[in-house]
Amino acid sequence: MKPAQFDYVRPQSAAEAVRALAESDDCKVLAGGQSLVPLMNFRLAQPPLLVDINRLTELAGITEVDGALRIGAMTRTRRLETSALVTERIPVLAAAAHWVGHVQIRNRGTVGGSIAHGDPSAELPAMCVLLDAEMILVSSGGTRAVSAGDFFEGFLTTVVEPDELLTEVHIPIPAAGAVWGFSEYAQRAGDFALAGVGCVVDRHAGTAGLVAFGPSERPMRCPSAEEILRVDGLSLDRVSDVADAATADVVAATEAVDAEAVHRVATVRAMARKAVEQAVRMTGEQR
Amino acid sequence: MSSETAVSVRCTVNGEVVQRIVEARMLLSDFLRHELGLTGTHVGCEHGVCGACTVIVDGSSIRACLMFAAQVDDAEIETIESLAKDGALSPLQQAFHDQHGLQCGFCTPGILMSMTACLREPAPDREKLLETLGGHICRCTGYVGIKRAVDQVLDGADSVDRSTVEGAS
Repeated sequence: MKPAQFDYVRPQSAAEAVRALAESDDCKVLAGGQSLVPLMNFRLAQPPLLVDINRLTELAGITEVDGALRIGAMTRTRRLETSALVTERIPVLAAAAHWVGHVQIRNRGTVGGSIAHGDPSAELPAMCVLLDAEMILVSSGGTRAVSAGDFFEGFLTTVVEPDELLTEVHIPIPAAGAVWGFSEYAQRAGDFALAGVGCVVDRHAGTAGLVAFGPSERPMRCPSAEEILRVDGLSLDRVSDVADAATADVVAATEAVDAEAVHRVATVRAMARKAVEQAVRMTGEQR
Repeated sequence: MSSETAVSVRCTVNGEVVQRIVEARMLLSDFLRHELGLTGTHVGCEHGVCGACTVIVDGSSIRACLMFAAQVDDAEIETIESLAKDGALSPLQQAFHDQHGLQCGFCTPGILMSMTACLREPAPDREKLLETLGGHICRCTGYVGIKRAVDQVLDGADSVDRSTVEGAS
C-alpha cells in the first residue's frame, strides 16, 4: 500500500498556496493528512499534485475577535481540544474535539482539514453546523465567507472549489450562561461515530441548537427538538420528548431503509438523551 | 515555486542530522526503515489505524504512515531506537519487560513511543496513558500486561507486587 506518484509543492505563505491552486487544474491541499493520506495509501485518491500547507503558520492559531473565535485552518485538533480559550468560551467545541480519532491523530489532524473533508460522521463539521460557524475561503479571485448551513453539501462534499483554500473558521461564542451537551457512539473508541448529538441551550435568550451527525449525509440541525428545548426549556421530564423529536427529524431527512441506517437513527435517540441530560445537569450546577 | 516529485529532506533523527533526496510519495515510515535502516518502526495497517508505526515528531506522537518524508524537512524525529541509552532500557521499556507488556512485539515500538510522549506531558496519569494506548492495537497481550507496565512506570517498580505476575506464569 503506497501512494501513487505525485508532484509536491510546499508554499511558504497562504498567498503562494492560493497561487499554486490557481495554476493547477487537478491538485489536493495537504493539511494534517489524517484522512487524505490513508485514501492515497489505498490509491482511492491519486492527486497529481499535493499543495502542502503545513508551513503556513499564519493559518494556525485561535483568537477571540468580536464575540467569535477565529480558528486558523492549520490549527491541530489537539490544540483545539486543549486550548484554555476554547474550553472557556466554547466548551462544547473542546469536548467534541476530544472525540476526534486518537490522540496520535489529533496531534497531526487539523481543524480545516476535517471541515474541508466533510465526513458526515465527523465531530468538527457537526460543531460548525451546531454553532453557526462561518468558513473563510480564499482563492485568486477573492475571499468569501460561507455559513456552515450552506457549506456541507453531502457525503465528503463541500462548496469548496478546487482553486479555493479554507483559511479560517469563525465560530460565534455562545452566551456565558449557555449550557451544552455532547455525546457520540462509535463501535470502537477513536472510530468515526455511528451517530452523535451536540446541543447548546441559552435559557435566558430562549435559544437552542441541537445537531445530529452520522445518519444523514451531512450533519443536520433538528428543528423540532430545538423547538421543545426553546419553548419548554430544559428539564429531565422532557428529555425523552427531545430525543424522540430529534429522531423524527433525522428520519424525515433521511431514508433509513437498511439495518445500518436504522441502527444509526436509534443511536441518535440514545445520544440525544445523553447530550440533553448533560445540559440539564449543567443547569443544576449553575443554580 | 515549482513542484517536484523528488524532494530534499534534512532532519534530525535520534539526535543525528540526516539528509536525503526522496520521492515525494515516500512515507515517513518507509523513509525511516528503508533509507535510514531504522527498522524498529513497524508498519502494520498503513492507514493510521493500528499505531505500530507511531514515532515522535517535534515532540508529538504521530503516525509515520500518514506523513510523507518530504514533510519532516527541518523536523526532529525520535524513534524506538532512541529509547535505550547505552544498552540500558528506559523505565517504560523496563516496565514492559518486567510486566510482560509484550508477546510478539510487533505493536510495541509504537506503543512505547506514544507513551514516551505522553509521559513527558505535565502530570501524566493512568487515565492519560490508557487513552494513549487506545490509539494502538495489540493482538497478543489482551492489554493486561501493558496496563501493569503502565502502573509500574507510574508507581515505580518497587510498589508493584511482582508475585502476582510470577504466580500467573
